Amino acid sequence: MSTLRLEVVTPERKVYEEDVSMVVVKGVAGELGILPHHIPLVTPLKIAPIKAKKGNSEEFIAVHGGFMEVRKDKVVILAEAAELGSDIDVSRAQQAKERAEQRLAAKADEVDHKRAELALQRAVTRIQTSGQQ
Amino acid sequence: MAKGMREIKRRIKSTQNTKQITKAMEMVAASKLRRAQNAALASRPYSDKLKEVVASIATGGGSVKHPMLQSREIKRSAYLVISSDRGQAGGLNSNLLKKLVETIKSKHKSNDEFTLFVIGRKGYDYLKRRGLPIQQEVIGVPDSPAFADIKSIASAAVKGFENGEYDELFVVYNRFINAISQIPTIKQMLPMDAAEFSKKEGPAADYEYEPSPEEVLNVLLPKYAETLVFSSLLENKASEFGARMTAMGNATKNATKMIEQYTLHYNRARQAAITQEIAEIVGGANALS
Repeated sequence: MSTLRLEVVTPERKVYEEDVSMVVVKGVAGELGILPHHIPLVTPLKIAPIKAKKGNSEEFIAVHGGFMEVRKDKVVILAEAAELGSDIDVSRAQQAKERAEQRLAAKADEVDHKRAELALQRAVTRIQTSGQQ
Repeated sequence: MAKGMREIKRRIKSTQNTKQITKAMEMVAASKLRRAQNAALASRPYSDKLKEVVASIATGGGSVKHPMLQSREIKRSAYLVISSDRGQAGGLNSNLLKKLVETIKSKHKSNDEFTLFVIGRKGYDYLKRRGLPIQQEVIGVPDSPAFADIKSIASAAVKGFENGEYDELFVVYNRFINAISQIPTIKQMLPMDAAEFSKKEGPAADYEYEPSPEEVLNVLLPKYAETLVFSSLLENKASEFGARMTAMGNATKNATKMIEQYTLHYNRARQAAITQEIAEIVGGANALS
């Protein structure tokens, strides 16, 4: 079975580098499944977990924004922050989620609102990622 | 004479203490320098990749235009100054800040014509004391900085350009050559030089863009600019540790030299004291006989 190489890179380090059989991501224009020999593609990503299929097993990586570059046999995801499911501190993410929800409920000015929304998205992504591990 | 000897001995001791401290600081800086260099290397793939994709859009798209790639008439400038939080690094910060102030003086007539973003306490204190307009500052960036530490100031600087608050953005930092030489540098970051992208003719893959090349570029260019700020920060950190290592190495050498000299003085004083004592004894014995 053919595979493609998945790399997740942040400004600080390479988070992930493995051969996988399929990658599922959430792009700004919708969800995308990438199989080997996909045509070259570039798209920004949403804050969401990505799914890497390796044979029968699946791995999840929390990707906070960034974008994806697809080549024939290689997928590179560049994100400002990314974590493997096993590296995530669930209780901290849970706390962050509650904090963000409180802030959203408080209806502060627009900038705060937007920031809280992003924080909520990140927290939810982290929780989902670690939950599916 | 005995009193002078005690004085010299105390000086030797205190110099030895200083030497111990500078020696330790030199070794700490050396190990941090190695870590900073590794961090700078680890950030390469990210910025290289971003540059590659931006370049392939900028050159392949043909008609793609983006405000960050176009120079406009310059009415106001912004400088993003990267300095260190701590001193004891030779002339690292003062050289950089002097160069910045000179450039500002020669280019601008009044404080309204430019604005400053500052990372690091040394730069902040210096520029604040001179009454220059500081728009935003970050103090206390850790020795191994994370992208999140400077994300807010970097995106504020990029956003100001996008909103037209200023028409060019410079990064001011110490370029790292090696442990003994760092060059204070003022580099133009925005607008980006489109020629720089088209220069490199690589095996440019023909990408499909989703949703559209313009939209992808809109997301990518600010990110790329922020990444440039981050890599400048990493380089400045490496410069800081390199400069500190050299400065502390020199301090250690000087302390060793001083100790040698003091020891010489001490021995001379000791000899003189002994000679005098003998002379006194001989004088006393002669007086008896």
